[in-house]
Parts: sequence; structure tokens; C-alpha cells
Amino acid sequence: MSKSSIVAYLALGLVLCQAALWAQEAPKAFVGARIIPIEGPEIENGILLIENGKITAVGSSAAMTLPADTEQIDVSGRVIMPGLIDSHSHIGELEGGDRSAPIQPDIRVWETVNARDSRIQKAQAGGITVANVMPGSGHLLSGQTVYLKLRDGNTVEDLIIPWEDGSPRGGMKMANGTNSRRNPPFPGTRAKSAALVREEYLKAQEYRAKIEAAEDDEEKMPARDLRMEGLLEVLEGKRIVHHHTHRHDDILTVLRLAEEFGFKVVLQHVSDAWAVAEEIAASDQVVGNSIIMIESPGGKIEAKDITLENAAILEEAGALVGFHTDDGITDSRLFLRSAGWAVRAGMSREKALYGLTMANAIMLDLQDRVGTLEPGKDADFIILDGDPLSVYSKVRQTWVDGVKVFDRDDPQDRLYAVGGYGASNDQANEVHQLSQEADY
Amino acid sequence: MRYRNFILLSLLLAAALLPLQAQVAVKAETLHTAAGDAISDGVVLIEEGKISAVGPASQVQIPSGVTVLEAKVATPGLVDAHSVVGLAGYLNQNHDQDHLEESSPIQPELRALDAYNARETLVEWVRRHGVTTLHTGHGPGQLVSGQTMIVKTYGETVDDALMVPSAMLAATLGDGAKASGGRSPGSRSKMMALLRSEFIKAQDYLDKMENAEEGKEPARDLHKETLAKVLSGEMPLLVTAHRSRDILAAIRLAEEFGFNLVLDGAAEAHLITEKIMAADVPVILHAPGMRHFGEAENATFEAGPRLRDAGITFCYQTGYEGYVPKTRVLLFEAGWAASNGLLWDEALAAVTIDAARILGVDDRVGSLEVGKDGDVVLYDGDPFEYTTHVTGVIIDGQVVSQEKH
Repeated sequence: MSKSSIVAYLALGLVLCQAALWAQEAPKAFVGARIIPIEGPEIENGILLIENGKITAVGSSAAMTLPADTEQIDVSGRVIMPGLIDSHSHIGELEGGDRSAPIQPDIRVWETVNARDSRIQKAQAGGITVANVMPGSGHLLSGQTVYLKLRDGNTVEDLIIPWEDGSPRGGMKMANGTNSRRNPPFPGTRAKSAALVREEYLKAQEYRAKIEAAEDDEEKMPARDLRMEGLLEVLEGKRIVHHHTHRHDDILTVLRLAEEFGFKVVLQHVSDAWAVAEEIAASDQVVGNSIIMIESPGGKIEAKDITLENAAILEEAGALVGFHTDDGITDSRLFLRSAGWAVRAGMSREKALYGLTMANAIMLDLQDRVGTLEPGKDADFIILDGDPLSVYSKVRQTWVDGVKVFDRDDPQDRLYAVGGYGASNDQANEVHQLSQEADY
Repeated sequence: MRYRNFILLSLLLAAALLPLQAQVAVKAETLHTAAGDAISDGVVLIEEGKISAVGPASQVQIPSGVTVLEAKVATPGLVDAHSVVGLAGYLNQNHDQDHLEESSPIQPELRALDAYNARETLVEWVRRHGVTTLHTGHGPGQLVSGQTMIVKTYGETVDDALMVPSAMLAATLGDGAKASGGRSPGSRSKMMALLRSEFIKAQDYLDKMENAEEGKEPARDLHKETLAKVLSGEMPLLVTAHRSRDILAAIRLAEEFGFNLVLDGAAEAHLITEKIMAADVPVILHAPGMRHFGEAENATFEAGPRLRDAGITFCYQTGYEGYVPKTRVLLFEAGWAASNGLLWDEALAAVTIDAARILGVDDRVGSLEVGKDGDVVLYDGDPFEYTTHVTGVIIDGQVVSQEKH
């Protein structure tokens, strides 16, 4: 047996050992909390039952019979709700398009994520369990975004949500308005911005036509083109477009382009949503609105009319509304207040909480896995010491895939939660799996 | 005839204005005065712009004809201890950004009142969220960026709004004050050398002014004159510094020249509380929910309670924001402090009476006490909760907002 195959067998053994531990893990029941499942009514004295990283049952304490080997965790007095989903974030020190060209669909940001960025721990402390991590808005199209599960990971591979073929799930970041306007080859006007985008999608349609015409004949297939491949995934609906847009006419331009090329789009920021809420709600191309809750207007011309009332106005129009942090524009640890402020400005409590969870799951096409507390979904949830819409409430614990990734009673986690010396250092994550259990 | 018309018009105008100056009473289920315990079913009576009575409804007689506003909760008008609102506008374009002159690193002669836009959208914005007194002016970003002033958040001109025309002289230490491209100051030590040299010159100017014979004083020098006001104790130096070494440098400078120092921002103050306490320097702390980046990377949401435990005099500010959001809302910041280790009353004090004391205007604002300005904010619930609204704002006895925000 060669040295390398011994190493391989040892590695395989370790993996099998892990799998065995996982499989034998006893079910956990969180007993006595007020449960906000998002789907269905709140449960006053409830039980959340999880096993092997999945939710197996949610219900009233009185009505549930637990499996014999269940580990019971008393959480009476606490509130449990699904892990928060952030549909627009910049945690992880990622890098996207490099300003060499306005449209860069070949850019994959997931490869640039620093899994040890302390802002990932801070987001966990804020109760966030899934984040759409995106390149910035200085391009018409700045690259492929990545949906991260905020596990305690050592590398980005530990955080991604893979498709069947192992590639990470994500969307495509686009922008219009002023952010992506600069000197050539970038557009100088809004009309030029739209023209450049249309040109590129037309090319992608041609590329698709060539592939279809080849009918799986390798000889006839067009040469691989990474840029076209990226756009093809948008046209196929595999990647939802996350479109930075503020001004009302820019929003309508997005609707027009999405209609023309048939792509699905999440409107990001949408400062002027209040002005075109009916048009947004009527569009079949819009998956939803990912809005930012900002306490004052301006800071940039396009956001001069932004209002906390956007959420309520979109709700009234029948549009799907979720919130985002745009971290570092707002701090992930203050994400809950987005919903609080939305209620302040007229939104319903139900839709505000939905906007932190399930609405965003839908906008990331992850609604079958996360966003609510329902049997079969991932065991992503947070434990609060009060109502999620109260300023006084704290996230006590954050769980991802049935693993506790944040505990406010842990001193290191507390440092991430409140800040202090060293809280922003690039930290080695607390990897609860291999590194701690391997016997060297 | 024309004269008579003028008189008539004036009388009519006076009559029209009269209700504004008339008496106003606020009845609140819970009245927080920032001067003692909360009062259940409390009343504040305001006459001629000043508070004439405060107490439980059973003890305060509201005269007939008085406009009465009711609220679940009322507090004193909020005092934002440091901001750039009014000099920095919400559009964030060159034409509405006047908080920072970058032509030279030390410009103490710049007065805030010459740049304040009383009609700026952000002034109305902070007012509708309860701020009635605003310490604003030249911002952080230059070694000595200029003067600050204190205004009320109403009025159509700076003169209407003005409380204190020259409040403090704003300075910055640390990376935020560094010049680029080989210009000075390019380092922290250069900053200190420049400041020391300036104060030595100003001391010399002050000595010459004081000792000169009548008519033989040196020519007026606006630059040195302002620095001399700092040296003579007329105006404190407001030093924005986040890193602990910069805070310590500011304390060292103040001790060398014997001026009054007010620390500003001070993200790392919690690491050196004993030094600050020993120097007996007040701190206008950064916004409690400030983002923890750059020089503020070691900031904590719990800075307030840590300074409190050390016995340091402090209050909060909304500070300077360079992008989105263009300004923070003091009420929301106080709420974040109340949820991160400060007692409720302490959090309120940190945005009312404690701020007024550090600014030196506690004889007029910061608490609901007889004789003080009639500045009151009304709410429909716990002011700090996300879901509560401000339902009214009164400044100098004038109801300036009755909208729900």
C-alpha cells in the first residue's frame, strides 16, 4: 500500500466516522418557547424537534410525543423563529468585477470569499443563517453572486449551497442608474446602459440558439464562452438576477429588460418602489423586492426619496417584500430592526417577519429548504429572549443545519455580538467538526 | 394713511402670530423629565416659550384657553451632542456639503453659522424624530476643521435657530486627519507637532494682545484669535479620535496647554477608561449603533455602560456619515444604547440632560424643569421601541410637528 493511499484511507475513515456520528445523533427538542414558524400561526408553548440537520416536527408542547431518545432543551420564556435570510450582503470580503468592462458575467465571487471574515461571525450573531453575498454595483453586471449558509466553516466550500453537480448556488448581480455610469467602456447615460445590456443578452440568445442547433453534437457546439455561459444560466432561470435599482424610471427599465429577455429578477434596494408599486406588483418577471431600511433619506441622489414606508406600500400593492442589510451599509447585527421599522411605517407584523425569512428564501429560490419552520426543512433557526420586533430583544443562539453557530453566553461569540477589542480581526472560525475531534 | 395701514397690518400679523406664542400644555400618561423619576399622568405647562410648571395632573392647573396636546409618553426635546446636519445636506453632492474645507489642515477661523442651512431637509428630518437642540458644525476630517455651533432645529434662517454661535473648535486626530500626496500632516507625530506649534503661536498672540498698550495691539488674526479662545478657556477643543493612542495624545496636548478638552467619537475609550477618568475629560461618544470599521473596528455597542461604570461623564451623538444613511436618528441610537447595557433613564439622559451639560446649555435645555425652554417630544409608546412613533414636537413652546413619524 502506497503512502498516499494510506492517507486516502485514513481520510476516508475520518469522513465515515463523521458520517456515523452524524447519523447516530439523537433528536433534539427545544421545549417551551413561543414559536413563530412564519408558515402558520404562532405557537405559545411549543416544541421544535430537529434531527440530522433537519426539522422533523413543530407544534404545541401539549400535542407532541417525542421519540424515546430525544435530547430535551428547555427554552421556556424564549422565542424561536427561522434563521434570518439576508438577500443582499457584502460580508466575506469578496471581490467581483474589476472595472475593466461594464458587463462581466464570467465573474464568480464565491471563489474570493474569505470564510474567516469576522463579519460572517457578526452576521451569525445577528441571527442571519443564509446570505446572498454579492459584488458591488459599480458595473451594469458585476458577476455571479453566491448564496452562503453561515455555518462555522473553515473554507468557502463549507458555506456554499451546492447544486446536484456540486457547483454553488447563486444569482447574477446587475445594476442601473448612476452607480454603473463612468468613462468608456462604461455607459455615460441611462439609455446607453440599457443598450449595452440588451446587446449582451441578444448575444446570449444567439449562443443559446447555436447550442440548441448543435443537438448535443460535440462537433457542432460553439466554443465555450464563460461570459455567455453565465448569461445562459440567467436566461434558463437557474440564476435569478439581483438588480440594484433606485429611481422609479430605472426600476421600470429593469422590468422592461426582464420582460424582453424573459429573465427572473429581484429588485434590490428599490428606493422609489413607493412610486411604481403597482407596476412592480403586476410584473410576472419580478420574483420579489429586496429592500433596504434606512433611517434617513439621501446620502446619494438616487436615494433622496427613500422611505421606510416602501415596505407597507409594496405589501399593499400585493408585491413580495424582503429586507436586506447591504452589510456594510447597515450592520448585520441590526437586521431585525428592518422589520421593526417596517411595522412602524405601516407594514403588517406577519409580512414584516416574513420579509426577514421566507420572502428572502423565495427570492433566492431556496424556499424548499429554508425560510420557515416546517418538517423537512433545514434546521436553521434562532432563539431570542423577546419579541423579534422589540429593540430590547437579543438573539441568544443561532443554529444552522442543526448545529449551534452562535451562543451569546459564549465569551468569544459575545465579542462578535457586541464588539470590542479584536472583534473585527480576521478570525479563525470555531470549527466544531474535524479540527476539534480529530485525534492527532 | 400708508403708515396707518402699516400699523393695522402689524397688529393683524401680531394677532395671527399670537397663538404660536400662547400657552401650550402637554399631558402624558408617562412624563420623563430627565430630572428625577418619571411622572404618571404628568403635565408640562409652557408659557411664553418657557416651562412654567411640571408635575402630576393633580397638582398642575391648566388654565383655560391653553392648547393641550396629549400623549402616551413625553420626554424633553432631544439634544444631539454632535452632528454635521445643516452644513452637510442630504443630497451628498458638492453643492450641499459644507462641513469640511480641505484647502488647508488647520482653519480655526471657519465659523459654522456662515454655512448653516436652516431649511436643509435633514434639519427637518432630525426634528420630526425628536431632536430639538443640535450641536453641529465643521466635521471630522481635517486636523482643525473649524468651529461648531448650537442651534434649535427650527426657524427659517440661522439667526432664528441660533443658541450658541461658537460652541467648540473641531479637531481630528488619527487616520481621518491624514493628508495624502506628501502634504502635511502625513503622520500622527506631524499632527501633534503642527498643533503644538499653532498653540504656541496663539499663546504668543494672546500674550501680546493682553499686554499691549492701548492702540498698540497686534493686528487682528482670525486664525490665532480662535485658537486663543481655546487657550483662554472660552471655547473647548473638540477632538474626534477613535484610536486609544490618539485619545491619549489629545489628553497630553490639553494638559500641556491647559485648555478644555472634549473627546469625540472615542471608539476605543472603553480600553483606557482610567486615563480618561484621571484627566477628567467628558466624552461625546459615537453613535451606539455605529458601524465597526476602520479606526472604529474595536468599537463596542456597550461603550456607554463601560464609561458609566468608570465614572466618566459622557453623552451620545449621531456623528458624521459620509454616505448612506446621510444622518442617523438620535432616538434610534438611544434605543440601541438602552438595549445594550444602559438603564432606560441613563439612555434618555445621554441624549438630553447629559448632552446639554457637556455642551454647556443645561440652563436652557435637556430636562423638563421650570424656567427651561419649552422643548418637548410626544410619543405613542416607549420612545425607544422600533414600532413606536413620535407624535409631536414642541420647540420654545411652538408646536413644530404633529405628524406621526
